[in-house]
Amino acid sequence: MNFVAELLIAVSLVISGIFGFVGSFGLVKLTSTVQRLHAPTKATTLGVGGILVASMIFFYAKNGHLSVHELLITLFLFLTAPVTASFIAKTYMARNVSKRELPETNGKYGWSIYDDCPDT
Amino acid sequence: MLTRLIPHPLLSVTLLLVWLGLVNTLTLGSVILGAVIGLIVPMLTAAYWPERPKIGKPLRVVEYVLIVLWDIVVANFQVAAILLFRRTQNIRSKWIPVPLDLTSAEAITVLAGTITMTPGTVSTMLSADGTSILVHCLHTDDPDEVRDTIKSRYERRLKEIFQ
Repeated sequence: MNFVAELLIAVSLVISGIFGFVGSFGLVKLTSTVQRLHAPTKATTLGVGGILVASMIFFYAKNGHLSVHELLITLFLFLTAPVTASFIAKTYMARNVSKRELPETNGKYGWSIYDDCPDT
Repeated sequence: MLTRLIPHPLLSVTLLLVWLGLVNTLTLGSVILGAVIGLIVPMLTAAYWPERPKIGKPLRVVEYVLIVLWDIVVANFQVAAILLFRRTQNIRSKWIPVPLDLTSAEAITVLAGTITMTPGTVSTMLSADGTSILVHCLHTDDPDEVRDTIKSRYERRLKEIFQ
């Protein structure tokens, strides 16, 4: 494996390490559950992304052809992360946040966990 | 008849591509198996997804994906900076209601996912009639600006794509 490939792999691994650490640090530092949601949904995307980029470069340098598994992992991550975040947020709000703490909606009906959906 | 057989052509193509990606080699056998999966899965799940989303401008999809990817990278640095350099009591989190102009379920889903993945915001829920979305912002001094950015940067483009 040549020097440039090794350098790129090392750089992306270090970047991913830093962002993975920042994401975990955010979990400890932030105080409320909704704030804590921000740390893993964001800082960690680049953390995982860095490892995947490093893996792609490694296998390209080793085998000579591009591996698409890493792109699929990215795709699945982008599909699942927002859904998980939304579920955690809704569950937390249903149990711990009262209607009065939230701003009003812009329409006639309230937020969906407190108000029923209008008949269609 | 054709719509019964292939209820979601785009989903079929996506499934084929994902299957080829999982196999990681391009052989005739994997293409056939991928095509079979791409035909059967949409048929079995058609009952849960009756309407077919219209994609008006496919090129705009590429533009949108690139913008969102770039924003995710920027978001990582912004959130990291907030986490590392701000005291906990100085992080001012806010709830921001954003009125929606989008009406199709697919477009709203994409918008909610985008909001969650990008700069310091998480989408939490919709209003009961689906006309506004509640966004939680990790740190902001100007909630109106966040709302306007979401509307002009993402929602406007999604409207062009889905209508």
